[in-house]
Amino acid sequence: MVYSNKKAVALISGGLDSMLAAQLVKDQGIYVEGLNFFTGFCVEGHTHAIRKNKKGRRNNALWVAEKLGIRLHIIDVIEEYKSVVINPRHGYGAHLNPCLDCKSFMVGKAKQWMEQNNFDFIVTGEVLGQRPMSQRRATFPIVQKESGANNLLLRPLSAKTQSPSKPELEGWVDREKLLSFSGRSRKPQISLANKLNIKEFSQPAGGCCFLTDSSYSSKMRDLWQSRGEKDYDLDDIMLLKVGRHLRPNEHLKMIISRDKGETNYLMGYRKKFHHLLMVSHKGPITLLQGNVSKIDFSFAAKIAARFGQGKDAKAVSFVAANADGLEKHITVSPFKAAQIKEEWYL
Amino acid sequence: MTLYQLDARNLLCPMPVINTQKRVATLSPGDELEICCTDPGALSDIPAWCKLEGHEVVSLAEAENGECLIHIRVH
Repeated sequence: MVYSNKKAVALISGGLDSMLAAQLVKDQGIYVEGLNFFTGFCVEGHTHAIRKNKKGRRNNALWVAEKLGIRLHIIDVIEEYKSVVINPRHGYGAHLNPCLDCKSFMVGKAKQWMEQNNFDFIVTGEVLGQRPMSQRRATFPIVQKESGANNLLLRPLSAKTQSPSKPELEGWVDREKLLSFSGRSRKPQISLANKLNIKEFSQPAGGCCFLTDSSYSSKMRDLWQSRGEKDYDLDDIMLLKVGRHLRPNEHLKMIISRDKGETNYLMGYRKKFHHLLMVSHKGPITLLQGNVSKIDFSFAAKIAARFGQGKDAKAVSFVAANADGLEKHITVSPFKAAQIKEEWYL
Repeated sequence: MTLYQLDARNLLCPMPVINTQKRVATLSPGDELEICCTDPGALSDIPAWCKLEGHEVVSLAEAENGECLIHIRVH
């Protein structure tokens, strides 16, 4: 194939739509490289890695790049992304998902990258009407404007539903070979994947962000409320993805591992947090957050004891350690199931 | 050739790859980097990234304590 002298940077989420969009542009002889932004809220990778689910171990964006035969740059935007989550100009969706601000942010980052690396335009897998917040006729221009990408943003899957972008107007790409997908149906994408001989792909387009999850969002709200401010760091948001989260009272939050993978992961945090390690029976590690008193340690141990093999035993022993590393043994009687109040669960 | 080390323990996907990218960007062709991880996903992700970038994976190993060692050569 004869390559044009134009270069495109494609946002690669690891899902099907961005994969198809990049493939369509690449098929027109454009040199494409991929960008994938790690916000800290990405679903993939993390849970799979903890659970040792071999099928899910791969990073989908890397896998897509490999299939497309393009370079991929995975960029850590955790710090910069905070302002999007904490104070989204366009508000949240059904949960704490700031989808429209997020899309503008990512396209804006892609524009910066494009300029720094002498690329010519940006490609996304957006489909008109696919997402209720960020992929609507009214919001497409907002993303273009607020990102600063303006008409250098090409959406190959829905290009024909829009005014031509600069790459089309200038003839860098052939508009006739672009598509006019719209609506929430996934059938056109599946059909195109078959046509392009893309047999394997990650299906949940857009379902890759924890902020669209009701349970995760409620834990995030609790975090902000307990701190008295909307702020977070990477450890905070990673820990919200792991374990059972209980808040038995205002100043005590518990994170209890649910399986071996989570226990191994939370063990990595034991030097940063007060914690309880069950020693008399097989059971979880429990991290304690807040202003934790001696009484809280005992109270939390009675709760944690419910989640180990000694839940029906008369006594369960723990090593209780504070964040400074001071340890002591404590033994408690596990709470009965009915004593664990439903409203404690976050 | 110089052998460098990168501690990516207790980081979850894709942070080991991101940190590997950043570190490799500071190295010269022929240099080697040994990355220590606890996320088993890195055993597939770092080699996948190396393949895209043309770096060589010299060896992969997973110890009984769950730590993974990935040795790569920068091209």
